[in-house]
Amino acid sequence: MSVLVVVECDKGEVKKSSLEVATYGAKVAAQLGTTATAIAVGEATEANLAKLGEQGIAKVLYDAEPRLKDFVNNAYTKLIATAAEQEGAKVIVLANSNIGAAVGSRLSVRLKASLATNVVDLPKTDGGSFTVKRGAFSGKAFADVTLSGDRKIIAVKKNSLEAQHEAGKTAEVSSFSAQLSDADFADAPKQVVMQDQAGGVLLPEAERVVSGGRGMKGPENWHLIEDLAKALGAATACSKPVSDVDWRPHHEHVGQTGITVSPNLYIACGISGAIQHLAGVNSSKVIVVINKDPEAPFFKAADYGIVGDVFEVLPKLTAAVKELG
Amino acid sequence: MKFLVCISNVPDTTTKITFTPDNKEFNKAGVQFVINPWDEYALTRAIELKEAAGSGTVTVLNVGEADTEPNIRKALAIGADDAIRVNAHPQDAYFVAEQIAAIAKEGAYDVILMGKESIDYNGFQVHGMVGEMLGIPTVAPAMKLDMSGNTATLEREIEGGKEIVSVNTPFVASCQQPMCEPRIPNMRGIMTARTKPLKVVAAVGEPARTQVSEFALPPKKQGVKLIDAANAGELIKLLRNEAKVI
Ligand SMILES: Cc1cc2nc3c(=O)[nH]c(=O)nc-3n(C[C@H](O)[C@H](O)[C@H](O)COP(=O)(O)OP(=O)(O)OC[C@H]3O[C@@H](n4cnc5c(N)ncnc54)[C@H](O)[C@@H]3O)c2cc1C
Ligand SMILES: Cc1cc2nc3c(=O)[nH]c(=O)nc-3n(C[C@H](O)[C@H](O)[C@H](O)COP(=O)(O)OP(=O)(O)OC[C@H]3O[C@@H](n4cnc5c(N)ncnc54)[C@H](O)[C@@H]3O)c2cc1C
Repeated sequence: MSVLVVVECDKGEVKKSSLEVATYGAKVAAQLGTTATAIAVGEATEANLAKLGEQGIAKVLYDAEPRLKDFVNNAYTKLIATAAEQEGAKVIVLANSNIGAAVGSRLSVRLKASLATNVVDLPKTDGGSFTVKRGAFSGKAFADVTLSGDRKIIAVKKNSLEAQHEAGKTAEVSSFSAQLSDADFADAPKQVVMQDQAGGVLLPEAERVVSGGRGMKGPENWHLIEDLAKALGAATACSKPVSDVDWRPHHEHVGQTGITVSPNLYIACGISGAIQHLAGVNSSKVIVVINKDPEAPFFKAADYGIVGDVFEVLPKLTAAVKELG
Repeated sequence: MKFLVCISNVPDTTTKITFTPDNKEFNKAGVQFVINPWDEYALTRAIELKEAAGSGTVTVLNVGEADTEPNIRKALAIGADDAIRVNAHPQDAYFVAEQIAAIAKEGAYDVILMGKESIDYNGFQVHGMVGEMLGIPTVAPAMKLDMSGNTATLEREIEGGKEIVSVNTPFVASCQQPMCEPRIPNMRGIMTARTKPLKVVAAVGEPARTQVSEFALPPKKQGVKLIDAANAGELIKLLRNEAKVI
């Protein structure tokens, strides 16, 4: 009876969301009186995997099969299912990411497990029951969900808990093979195309986001957003109409029909705050709104606000960040 | 090519969410229900691919009680050929996936399309479950879908990029923009939808594996702290010293 944690790696590094997942898994293991084992997917290094000890992971399994570097739904599912069987895992924890959702949903059927996605808090495990809180109605509500099966799979929403770092603790890394065959790679991608990330910060993983709406007037003004983002080490985002007219690429569009982000800081510049936009950003810890209209609905969802012209305010903010050093 | 498009019936995107006084159920009073916005991409793309091929059928499927029929008719008005409603409360994603898998198998559908996720429950899970139940590939979330004979080429969104994937029928894909421009019903569509077949069938399979015990609303915001535009730099100090986020 152990807890199995799925950690996603990219270019050798463990993703930030997976450090959170590892922390979550270690805490669940402590609650259940057992230990947490991780299975790593993607391109990892042994040194970085060993560091998962800092998040409370006892052991890390890693299959160095080169074709596992990119996401392959069937192969990943089989790899994790095999690890779960070997470890006798009753609880599997993964990220609520595109990979986590694709694998978690298949695993739930294969392992006859109950699945909860979009989970925002540690489980309540009193009296043998297992209940988790998950986001619902596009961030407008939460639901407590009881998982009835003997096995449980939990997909943890990004930035729902802080990754712990117990310096100096290391995990044992052991090589692992799920005996994958060519057939398991039949749905491998033909090609993987990565975006140019402004300033190198990936929007879904970002701790800080600077976002622009129609109030920015045109793509030629986006350097104002990018400058502030760069100074803050933030990713850039936009509202739907902005990506609809191609001022910005589609993958920057946040909201109900775009991506959902939950950074520590979300700065909205010239965005009115339509309910569909808020749905994608309202679980951000701190929301800052800059809008020239004091009646803009976004101010109701904000923690800090400036009523003013983005073209005057943004350069001042960027300068102030640079002054902080 | 036989397309099966799964649609879920969800509160309109502008709905103010409230619950019954015991917080056990969503309060449907006065709520307008719509076709899940992501599912509109699946539906429109299926119709486009059928039109481009010059043959085939598009069937819409919903797991729900009789009150979902107006939106099933709307899907028929947009251009689906026929519809199936599994007459049951959609208890959880596993239960819904079982129904979809059973219908897909029985009708030998080639392409099973869904939305990326439902905007009410935000599960993002039914597609993988259905794929696994049927032992066929799932591509989720897909931003692009083209067909050539029995082979589909899709773009799958991954964090920070995309993958180009090619699969043979049968397969499952969950759709999102910019796959197509979702269509809206026209007058002729609305007229013909009334007489298109809508079959109601009973649910099958095992019971749900998860239960919602309680709903809750997020804590209210404290209220916005306004900073004078002339003094905008002050905001940055507050973000560092008070909010501690930079
Ligand atoms: C089914 C559905 C799904 C949707 N999904 C999404 C979604 O996922 N994401 C999304 O964003 N939208 C979504 N929308 C659209 C949404 O309803 C709004 O239309 C959209 O969010 C508005 O974008 P905006 O705030 O950039 O533009 P606007 O609403 O036009 O707002 C521009 C704002 O900029 C301010 N402004 C103008 N000039 C300045 C200036 N110089 N300085 C400061 N402020 C200025 C204005 O006061 C205004 O508040 C959806 C809509 C529907 C119906
Ligand atoms: C008020 C309310 C109460 C609920 N109560 C419970 C509960 O007590 N326990 C519980 O576990 N769940 C409950 N649910 C969840 C509900 O059963 C969901 O419809 C189901 O779990 C599938 O949604 P999902 O978000 O998991 O699907 P996703 O995986 O996000 O959906 C992906 C796609 O699957 C398709 N799809 C989803 N649902 C259907 C459907 N019904 N018919 C046809 N296609 C569909 C659509 O194409 C959709 O885009 C409740 C939902 C609501 C709104």
